[in-house]
Amino acid sequence: MTFVSQFLKQARVMTSDLRHRRIIRTALGNYEIVRDKRKAAFQNWQSARQLAAETKWEAVNHLDQYLEELVAKLEARGTKVHWASNSAQAREIILQIVTEKKARSVIKSKTMTSEEIHLNDALEHAGLNVVESDLGEFIVQLRHETPYHIVFPSMHLTRDEISELFQRELGSAATNDPEELTMIARDALRKKYITADIGITGANFAIAETGMISITENEGNARLTAALPKTVISLLGIEKILPKLDDLALFLPMLATMGAGQALTAYNTMYGGPRQPGETDGPEEWHVVLLDNHRTELLADAEQRDALQCIRCGACLNVCPIFRNVGGHAYGTTYSGPIGSVITPHLRGLHDWKHLSNASSLCGACTETCPVKIDLHHHLLQNRRNAAQEKPSASEQTTYKLFAFAANRPKLWNFGRKVARLFQPLQKPVKGTALDPAKAWTQTRDLPPLAKESFKDWWKKRK
Amino acid sequence: MTEREKILARVRQALKTPAPLPGSHGKIHLPAAEQVRTSTAKQWLPFVGESFDERLALFAKNAAELKADFQLFNSADEMRAALTRLSETEKWQRVAGHSGGLTDAICATLGLPLLRTDRPYDVNDLESCDVGISECDALIAQTSSVLVTNRSAGGRALSVLPPHHVVLARREQLIADLPSAFELLKQKYAANYPSMISFITGPSRTGDIERILVLGAHGPKKLTILCF
Amino acid sequence: MTVTLFIPCFIDALFPRAGISMVQILERLGHRVVVPEAITCCGQPPFNSGYWDEARAVAAKVLPQLANADAIVIGSGSCGAMLKVFYPQLFEKTPQAGLAKQISERTWEFSDFLVNKLGVTDLGANFPHKVTFHDGCHGLRELNLKKQPRALLANVKGLQLVEMSEAETCCGFGGTFSAKFPMISTAMGDVKCASATETSAEYIVSNDSSCLMHLQGLLSRQGNPLKTIHLAEVLNQK
Repeated sequence: MTFVSQFLKQARVMTSDLRHRRIIRTALGNYEIVRDKRKAAFQNWQSARQLAAETKWEAVNHLDQYLEELVAKLEARGTKVHWASNSAQAREIILQIVTEKKARSVIKSKTMTSEEIHLNDALEHAGLNVVESDLGEFIVQLRHETPYHIVFPSMHLTRDEISELFQRELGSAATNDPEELTMIARDALRKKYITADIGITGANFAIAETGMISITENEGNARLTAALPKTVISLLGIEKILPKLDDLALFLPMLATMGAGQALTAYNTMYGGPRQPGETDGPEEWHVVLLDNHRTELLADAEQRDALQCIRCGACLNVCPIFRNVGGHAYGTTYSGPIGSVITPHLRGLHDWKHLSNASSLCGACTETCPVKIDLHHHLLQNRRNAAQEKPSASEQTTYKLFAFAANRPKLWNFGRKVARLFQPLQKPVKGTALDPAKAWTQTRDLPPLAKESFKDWWKKRK
Repeated sequence: MTEREKILARVRQALKTPAPLPGSHGKIHLPAAEQVRTSTAKQWLPFVGESFDERLALFAKNAAELKADFQLFNSADEMRAALTRLSETEKWQRVAGHSGGLTDAICATLGLPLLRTDRPYDVNDLESCDVGISECDALIAQTSSVLVTNRSAGGRALSVLPPHHVVLARREQLIADLPSAFELLKQKYAANYPSMISFITGPSRTGDIERILVLGAHGPKKLTILCF
Repeated sequence: MTVTLFIPCFIDALFPRAGISMVQILERLGHRVVVPEAITCCGQPPFNSGYWDEARAVAAKVLPQLANADAIVIGSGSCGAMLKVFYPQLFEKTPQAGLAKQISERTWEFSDFLVNKLGVTDLGANFPHKVTFHDGCHGLRELNLKKQPRALLANVKGLQLVEMSEAETCCGFGGTFSAKFPMISTAMGDVKCASATETSAEYIVSNDSSCLMHLQGLLSRQGNPLKTIHLAEVLNQK
């Protein structure tokens, strides 16, 4: 099955699942209330957004300089930096570290980049025990699912479903109390942190000025992942750069505000490498893997380069009416929602993934909310243009050529309208059936009748 | 060519074409400016009040919202007494901490076995402690955050592995906002930053089950901030 | 002033009363209205589908029709955005770039023209009904239309405006999107209709007939008595 037919099938299933739509609507409705409260606390949210856009623009548009600065600073403090052009290289680098350390178990804190390179499969294939420590990620891992949402991985599940899952997979007692369920996961993971040979983290920001990896979280799982194992590996896309340490004074509250409606998440931690002389804990080795994986291709598209400014807050998913109705899994991508629809064609091929750019009403709610001002919905339009230019669909192109031909001949256009009006009654008996040429519309909607007297008829008569 | 060189070469090639200016939504095409930032964060972030007392009140208000326990005392003695009461109420058996101007005297008065994490220690011992007691670098009024580093607060794990984190602080450690916090870090550490800097904002929490707030996901269920 | 009225294709063929209302309102205000009859469509369908060459072929015939207009008024946020925001992009680096830019600068969506160009908010209309307003996305986010229609509705006698919770959420029309992804389009429309129904309004008013066509289609099919009406028709009721 092609990616587009898979998407269409999923979209049909999900949009008719009213229970699912209700769960997502409730969760995101609550999110909107707290997000708005936090935004209102800013002295000027729009100016803060502009500054954030300018700061990330600076980082992305001088990426080479900042990457070199970051790496020099990281290496000076004993971090081992690796560069990966693609997923396969990144997996290989990580597998090699794991093999050298003769590691048997890995504890991971949340990293979407590892989802992008399918790291867990590779590690498990190599015989390692891999455990996701973020509660939502832990839940979807037990279900053998991918994260539903880049910030809220398990938002599609109810407490009852999670309870059943824990009973089945962990042998825990039945409970549908979120607190008790959280404690079950906490107990299951405690020992894993202490015994894991390797910790793997992602990064929210990489600070060029000081050579630091900044990780934002609420649970403390990333803090533990970066404190207890002897070896820690951080995997990040090359676009995660921020020029200066104090840029975080804006980005940390902004990420928390848009990500989860918090003033600041519980833990925002900057790591400057492995345990330094005189320090008593922390890993002996710290590895940073910098991943390109088609990001430089997106960088080369000046028109859409701002998509690399993304801080993965998930705000565009939360406001997207498409996402809210089809859900995160229907996309079939690592990054879903508007940002996913924009970048997936660049990361995984325009012609396989252009349908995501078509699956949008171009309403612009994403662009309006984006804290770093990515021109998201216009990029969807540009993806459509690029796809049609590179490989037009014969039927669609013919349709539009005929459309243009008629539109440019007002008499023909008007004649067409009149003919259509004559034929409209014939459509009534077949309305919504396979015989109806307008069935895509009429299966669920009535068509308005063509007016007896068009505006222009009226105008001419009046003159 | 190494992968590093290849990636950097691709980056440089890509950047030869200038991008529209930030936030312009494609409207203006200009060559990349060296310095495009037109403002600083401080003026846009949430307002924190003008006076010390206003900021103290803001810290207390934010802490309550975050379900952190913030207690203010008139003297170190009062603070010490409060910690002893806490120890009795919670029936602490084992305490973890680090050496410092505030912690040394106060932890000694608890009369409990003390695991020091600023010396080599066994992580299993730390895991079995009832509480981690640490100092901090600053308290931040804007977000009610506790700023710690592994140098000032007993390493990486003390503030996150035991089920309860107690922070001991002095009033003068209260600062206004996040930009001030980064300024302080720069003043204090720029020559040699600690390998971990963490802003702790309330106890560990999660909303991963139906977006319902639960405290103590993986880190401490309780955060107590004692300040005099 | 001479006002050049741009009549979008669907207003011409499906909702002529919206266009007629605009003519009558503008004339009552003392302006001369002209309608370039050779204009059929702004070219948005091929443009939004990515077929910019075909869109340009249509738009290139529109440009000379509007070249000498002082003020171009469109009763649709969507087509208004096409002329105002997307024509300059479509003709970027072409010989018509200058003309496209000039036309963009002289183009006004109907409610914006009344409120911000003419400074008129009270048209002496009378519409004794409870209504809710749907913000079409192109109007709202490309043209920044939010206050203008509400300022006009505030002066309609007997009219009670009740905002719906999802006023700014897309109705799911989205042009060809509604036919390419009918299940998503319908699901979005259902959310909108439910939100509008909650207000117990009698009418959904909007400045975009295309959104209303979609919503009316859903409402009629579902037997929902809620009706839809273009802003201009409301403002033209005596």
